Amino acid sequence: MTIELLKGNVALAEAAIRAGVEAYFGYPITPQTELLEHMAKRMPELGRAFVQAESEVAAINMVYGAACTGVRTMTSSSSPGISLMQEGLSYIAGSEVPAVIVDIMRGGPGLGNIQPSQSDYFQVTRSAGHGDYHPIVLAPASVQEAIDLMTEAFDLADKYRHVVYVVADGLLGQMMEPAELPPMQPLRKERAGWALTGSEGREKRIITSLQLNAPDLEAVNLRLQFKLAEIRKREQRSTEMLTENVRLVVVGYGTAGRIAETAVKRAREDGMKVGLFRPITLWPFPERRLSALADQVDAFLVVEMNAGQMLDDVRLAAGGQVPVSFVGRMGGVVPVPEEIYDKIEEIYVKLPVRVR
Amino acid sequence: MTMHEEIIFAGFGGQGVLFGGQLLAYTALAEEKHVTWIPSYGPEMRGGTANCTVVVSDDPIGSPVCRNPSIVITFNNPSLEKYESLIKPGGLLVVNESLIVEPPTRTDIDVVLLPATTLATELGDTKMTNMILLGALLGRRPVVAMETVQAVLLDKLGSRKAHLHELNLAALARGQEIGLAQNTEQAV
Amino acid sequence: MVEEKVVYQRPDALCDVPTHYCPGCTHGVAHRLVAEVIDELGVRGRTIGVSPVGCAVFAYQYFDMDGAEAAHGRAPAMATGIKRVMPDHVVFTYQGDGDLAAIGIAEIIHAATRGENITTIFINNAIYGMTGGQMAPTTLPGQRTTSSPSGRDVELTGYPIRMAELLAGMPGAAYVARQSLHSVKEINRAKRAIATAFKAQLAGLGFSMVELLSSCPTNWKLTPPEALAWVEQVMVPYYPLGEYKVTDEVRALTRKQG
Repeated sequence: MTIELLKGNVALAEAAIRAGVEAYFGYPITPQTELLEHMAKRMPELGRAFVQAESEVAAINMVYGAACTGVRTMTSSSSPGISLMQEGLSYIAGSEVPAVIVDIMRGGPGLGNIQPSQSDYFQVTRSAGHGDYHPIVLAPASVQEAIDLMTEAFDLADKYRHVVYVVADGLLGQMMEPAELPPMQPLRKERAGWALTGSEGREKRIITSLQLNAPDLEAVNLRLQFKLAEIRKREQRSTEMLTENVRLVVVGYGTAGRIAETAVKRAREDGMKVGLFRPITLWPFPERRLSALADQVDAFLVVEMNAGQMLDDVRLAAGGQVPVSFVGRMGGVVPVPEEIYDKIEEIYVKLPVRVR
Repeated sequence: MTMHEEIIFAGFGGQGVLFGGQLLAYTALAEEKHVTWIPSYGPEMRGGTANCTVVVSDDPIGSPVCRNPSIVITFNNPSLEKYESLIKPGGLLVVNESLIVEPPTRTDIDVVLLPATTLATELGDTKMTNMILLGALLGRRPVVAMETVQAVLLDKLGSRKAHLHELNLAALARGQEIGLAQNTEQAV
Repeated sequence: MVEEKVVYQRPDALCDVPTHYCPGCTHGVAHRLVAEVIDELGVRGRTIGVSPVGCAVFAYQYFDMDGAEAAHGRAPAMATGIKRVMPDHVVFTYQGDGDLAAIGIAEIIHAATRGENITTIFINNAIYGMTGGQMAPTTLPGQRTTSSPSGRDVELTGYPIRMAELLAGMPGAAYVARQSLHSVKEINRAKRAIATAFKAQLAGLGFSMVELLSSCPTNWKLTPPEALAWVEQVMVPYYPLGEYKVTDEVRALTRKQG
């Protein structure tokens, strides 16, 4: 394997192919279109399914159909398109079939713009369709991590028979960076015991999210909640830098996380005891580790490319033990390390005399 | 001191701005440096603004964006107006003199002025503007080695564009020559 | 000794369960025709049905084969997803007029225009049945429904959509027909059309759709016989019966196989 200079969107597409995706359905939208274009070329070459759907609504329902047959399947879009997919996502979650969705987020609300943003945090972690569930949400911060998490997304989707998002912003989607792709995985020959494959020689199988009887639907929900509790217990992921013996921890994911990393390094050089915590799973949010950090530090600073959405989760994890501040930009404006540095400094000088 | 440069290429779409940055990024990878390349552009496919930021570093790269780049190449006048004031003190500004109204005025940065569009036309192809400007950058500040750029460029052009090899190499060399020859005093 | 001869029985492709359909509703007839055709083609074990949202929402409970339940109007998209990864399987959607002609019109048109190799059974009863009798895109001018209480006013609500004619215009459609379920003669014709549609799919010829004019005595507030008469006398004139698209390949197929 070799290290290549790869664009985020292309790397995500090729990583999905190498993870064994058998069917891709999508609709063009900036800034994720290179992903769809890569699929349009590669999937037919490999004898796999590619359909440019008539809308994101159709695309996600095609994914739902393919997922019912037990193959690895996915779609990709950007914020306004993800809004349209909420219906299908809810059916996929309710039917418990595995599917992977890539969201290359852009500025909103409405048509917004095509610049990088993280304004879908609520949408992907909280409101990815009606009903009581959270999808699994993975947030890479580099092209290499995008490749690694794309592979993992399919494994998690299969393991839990659930919706898995890989979310990045337009900057990561468009960025070129050296990275290494994994080898091609062979396609699975066997289909799962729940998959629709034709009822020849066995009892028929049904995949539905419909349960008209309230106690039956409650039972479905209890099973779903049990599954989500397991995911919450086992799949919290994060990475951190310089968080030993610090007073302030900066929390940011994806692009905002790596921009914050530069600001944190500069603050360290200037003698401030600052560290970085970068969530890799946005749901389940890495609350265990962040709560533990809340016991050891004096303050958190959240950095996002939105008005402060993950901020809520950091506050919950902090549990009122430490103050939580926020710095962010909206509408497709990407924060630069300097403005994060300024905020770090502003908070740092006001930190109370240490009592612990 | 480890090397860490934050470089912005800025101009119009169609001037080869993004490819100029990509060539530098591919070259940095070939030299096993850390590198990021990000584009920034308007919705138009041609003729709108086109910028890219390339970070080249001996260390892993955190932020791929910056407020104050250490090096800027401006391909046109709006880019010069936008970026001159943002360059870090001690940084480098490479200016396509063919398309500017007023020359840059800062004295705390290194400046290379060259009529890249005119020089490219003289070489026989206006599309060589980006290679001349990149050559000038490297002549002034060898972020990567010229030999590596040449090798990567020929590899990227491939045999299908073999007829363009000599022209591109000549453009890089022309730019490098000017970059080497000019010093700050002459430029300002 | 008199030899017993079975002249009528439940098709293998139908489950031995009671349906939730109202007395006099022709959904049951349509189900039976689809099941008979699937049995006669011998493809039950490799058929996957996609159910709609509407009165036929539980169709997957009644067909004895693998089935999935789609979101409202999205059955053609879901069937596309299934068929593209299971090209050797028979995939069909079973949809009502609200599902197919209102909320799902984009999905059905694009499935047809892509020549998606699936079969659609379209039940047109000129009303929303499951939600209690509201105006459908196929509700006739002047027809009273709970959301057009004074009768459908075409000045305000536009005209009923003729889906067979519309889909016949799609280049990817191989076979499109409209038949009715109001009499034995028409039911037999309907079955032949359904058989042709599935045969077209088995031969890989592209999209096929059979629209079936159906009765809804409950929401039309008619007795079952009155409802069948209403289909014949009111619906058929607006929705003429017949084959709207038969490609040469499909015609050759039916001629060869009878």
